[in-house]
Amino acid sequence: MTNLLEVRNLTVEFRLEKGVVRAVDDVSFTLKRGETLGIVGESGSGKSVTSLAVMRLIPNPPGRIAGGEIIFDGKNLLDATEKEMRRIRGKRIAMIFQDPMSSLNPVLTIGRQITESLKLHMDMGGRAAELRATELLDLVGIPSAKKRLKEFPHEFSGGMRQRVMIAMALACNPELLIADEPTTALDVTIQAQILELIGQLQKELGTAVIMITHDLGVVAGMADRLLVMYAGRVVEDAPTEPLFADPRMPYTMGLLNSIPRLDERKGAELVPIPGLPPDLTRLGKECPFHPRCRFAVKGVCDVTVPPLRQVAEEHKAACLFNVDELKAADANRSAALMDLVP
Amino acid sequence: MTVYDRQLANGAATKEATMNKTVPVASDAPRPLVEVDDLKVHFPLRGGILGRPTGEAIKAVDGVSFTIFEGETLGLVGESGCGKSTTGRAILQLRRPTGGHVRFEGKDLVQASDDEMRAMRRHMQLIYQDPYSSLNPRMSVGDMIAEPIRVHGLRVGSVAVKDRVQELLELVGLSPDFAERFPHEFSGGQRQRVGIARALAMEPKFLVCDEPVSALDVSIQAQVINLMERLQDRLGLTYLFIAHGLAVVKHISDRIAVMYLGKVVELAKASELYTSPKHPYTRSLLSAVPIPDPKVEKSRKRIILQGDVPSPLNPPAGCRFHTRCPMAVPKCAAQEPPFVDTGSGHFAACWRSDEIQQMDVIAESKPNMLGGPHPIV
Ligand SMILES: Nc1ncnc2c1ncn2[C@@H]1O[C@H](COP(=O)(O)OP(=O)(O)OP(=O)(O)O)[C@@H](O)[C@H]1O
Ligand SMILES: Nc1ncnc2c1ncn2[C@@H]1O[C@H](COP(=O)(O)OP(=O)(O)OP(=O)(O)O)[C@@H](O)[C@H]1O
Ligand code: SF4
Ligand SMILES: [Mg+2]
Ligand SMILES: [Mg+2]
Repeated sequence: MTNLLEVRNLTVEFRLEKGVVRAVDDVSFTLKRGETLGIVGESGSGKSVTSLAVMRLIPNPPGRIAGGEIIFDGKNLLDATEKEMRRIRGKRIAMIFQDPMSSLNPVLTIGRQITESLKLHMDMGGRAAELRATELLDLVGIPSAKKRLKEFPHEFSGGMRQRVMIAMALACNPELLIADEPTTALDVTIQAQILELIGQLQKELGTAVIMITHDLGVVAGMADRLLVMYAGRVVEDAPTEPLFADPRMPYTMGLLNSIPRLDERKGAELVPIPGLPPDLTRLGKECPFHPRCRFAVKGVCDVTVPPLRQVAEEHKAACLFNVDELKAADANRSAALMDLVP
Repeated sequence: MTVYDRQLANGAATKEATMNKTVPVASDAPRPLVEVDDLKVHFPLRGGILGRPTGEAIKAVDGVSFTIFEGETLGLVGESGCGKSTTGRAILQLRRPTGGHVRFEGKDLVQASDDEMRAMRRHMQLIYQDPYSSLNPRMSVGDMIAEPIRVHGLRVGSVAVKDRVQELLELVGLSPDFAERFPHEFSGGQRQRVGIARALAMEPKFLVCDEPVSALDVSIQAQVINLMERLQDRLGLTYLFIAHGLAVVKHISDRIAVMYLGKVVELAKASELYTSPKHPYTRSLLSAVPIPDPKVEKSRKRIILQGDVPSPLNPPAGCRFHTRCPMAVPKCAAQEPPFVDTGSGHFAACWRSDEIQQMDVIAESKPNMLGGPHPIV
C-alpha cells in the first residue's frame, strides 16, 4: 500500500506574550490508505495542532508552521495555494471536531449545510444534492431523514449532531477523515454508536482515519497504529497491539499503569505519573518527560533530546534507553528495596 | 484533639473495620450514615412571557432510595442528565427535595430548618467537578482554607488556624508554602487538591464528590483518585462518588448505583455489578465502555443501544428504559417494575432480570443491536 499522508519534521509555533510555544516539535509519521491511526496524549500535547496543520488551519497570527513537509498523495500541502487547499478541505480531507455545536451554523438548516459542500465540491445541482443529503442522513442512522433536513442544529441531540457532522464529513467520499475527540462530549452508549458508525463507514468506503483521543480504550479497538504525543513531540509510534503489550517509552508505560480498567481485579492500585506536564515555553535540550520519569538519569536525560528511533519492527520510541536497560533499572530498584527489609 | 487528629493517630483502623462488612458481629455491622428514601426533585417548567409555571415539571430525580454505610464509597453512575448531580445536591439540601426523606445519622434533613441545616452542613461537603470555577480567584489558597475553620470556630487564634491550614495542605499532598499563592497559579489537579483541602477543613464525615476527576488529564486523575482513597482510609470518610466514567467508579467504589432518567435501576457491590449485571441498561452501559486493551476489544461484542435517552419532562410510562431495551415485552410499557433485592443486597428494577442471561442472544436477533459488521449502504 502506498502512503496517503506523510508528515515530515513538522514544527508549529505560537508566538505568545510569555514566549514562543513550540506546540508541535519535529513530528513525523505516515498513514497508508484505509488505515486508522490513533493519536493519544494529554491535554496540550499538540494533537489538535498537528491535525489542524495537516488541514492548513493554524490561525496566523499567533501561530505558524515553522518547518517540515506534509505530503498528501505525493504533493506537499505546505506548497499549495489557499485556493488549492479549499478544494482539498472537505473534499479529499474531512474533519470532525469535538464540539459539533460550534462547527455547525446555528441559523442554517441541517439540509442546507450538507448540500452546500455537495454543490461546491461535487458539482451537484439542488435536487441531486438534496437526494444525496437524505441518503447521507440515512446512512448515519438518523430516522425520517427527509423531514429532518429542514430542521436546525438546536433541534438535534448531541449524538445526532455528531452524526450530522459525520454525514457532512463523508459527503464527498474523502480519502482522509480526521476525527478530533469525536465522542468526548458524548455519553458512553452514544459514543459506542458513533465509533461503531465510523468503523463501519471506514470499512465500506476505504477511508483512512486519524482518530485523536485521550481515551486509550477508544483507540484500542479501532486503531491499526498509535502515535503517543508528549509536549509537542511524538514519543512512541507503533502498531496498536505491541504498543499496549510492550510499550518502550516510560511515558506510555506510565499512562497504561495509571488508568483504571473496567475489567481490572479489585485492589489493583493505580500508579500515577508524578508531577505535571512541562511548560512548553521553557522546554530546552532535554527529554520533555525527564522530570516525571522514574528512569531519568541526571546529566543524561536533562541535557539530551531523545531521538524517535527504531526499537523494534515498525516500532519507534523516543527514550535514550533500551527496554532491557529500563527493565534492569526496575529490577535494581526492587532489589535495593528488598535490601532495606530487615 | 479533633476527630481528624484521632483518626490520623488511629491510622487505617477505620477503613479496615468497615471493609469487613460481612462479619456478623453486631458492633462491626455497617452503620447507615445516609439513608435516602423515595427522594424526588422536580423542576417546574415556566412558560410564556410572564414565566408562570406551566404545570409541567422536569422529573430530574423521581423516587430514589438507597443507603450509604459509614466508611464506604457508593458510586453513582448514569448518562448525562439522568439526575446524578441533582441527587447529590438534594442529599446535602443544597436543593430542597420535592418529596421523600434524607436521613443523616438518623436525623431527617428534609424536615430540618435552614438554621439546623447550617449547623449540620459542616459534616457533609461537596467536591465539585470543575476545579477552575469552584475556587475564588481573589483569595489566596491559605485564606480560602482558613475561612471555614474560622467561621465554624474549629481553631482559635491565628497561629492555630495557620498551623491547621499547613496541616491540611500537607494532607492533600501540597507544599505548605502554597498557602500564599492564588488559584490561577495552579494546575487542574492542584486546584482539585485545594478544593479537597477546603472541604476537609470542615472536618466532615460525608463527602459528595461530583465528577471530581472528570476535568483532569488522565495522568493526573490517578493522583487525585489515590489521594481520595488514602484520605478515606486515614480519616474514615464516607463518599458518594458521582461520575460517568464507569472504570473510575468501579475502581473507587464498594457499591455502585446505576441511574437512568431520574431512577436508580440497579444497585450492587462493585465487583458483582460488573460480573453479573441484572438490568439490561447496566449490561448495555458496561458493554459500551471501551477497555484499553486491543486483545480484549477485538474479541468483545457490544450491545449498541438504539436511539437517544428520552426527555425527563415526559418519561416513558412503565419501565423508563423500555423504549431502548432489547428485552422489552408488552408488560414493560404498561407497568413500572419495582426496585427489589434480587439476592444478598443486589437490587434491580426490571421485569426480566431473571432471564437476563438471554440478553445477548436477544440483542443479536435484532438488527443493529449488536456491534459488528453489518451492511449499511
Ligand atoms: N490558537 C492558539 N493560540 C495559542 N496557543 C495555542 C493555540 N492553539 C494551540 N495552542 C497551544 O498549543 C499547544 C498544543 O495544543 P493542542 O490544542 O494541539 O493540544 P491537544 O493535544 O489537542 O490538547 P487537548 O487534549 O486539550 O485537546 C498548547 O500548549 C496550546 O496552548
Ligand atoms: N436548576 C435546574 N432547573 C431546571 N432543570 C434542571 C436544573 N438542574 C438540573 N435540571 C435538569 O434535571 C435533569 C438532571 O440533571 P442533573 O444535572 O442532575 O444530571 P446529571 O446526571 O448530573 O448529568 P451530567 O452527567 O451531565 O452532570 C436534567 O434534565 C437537567 O436539565
Ligand atoms: S423492565 Fe423491561 S424494558 Fe425495563 S429493563 Fe427490564 S426488560 Fe427492559
Ligand atoms: Mg485537542
Ligand atoms: Mg452532573
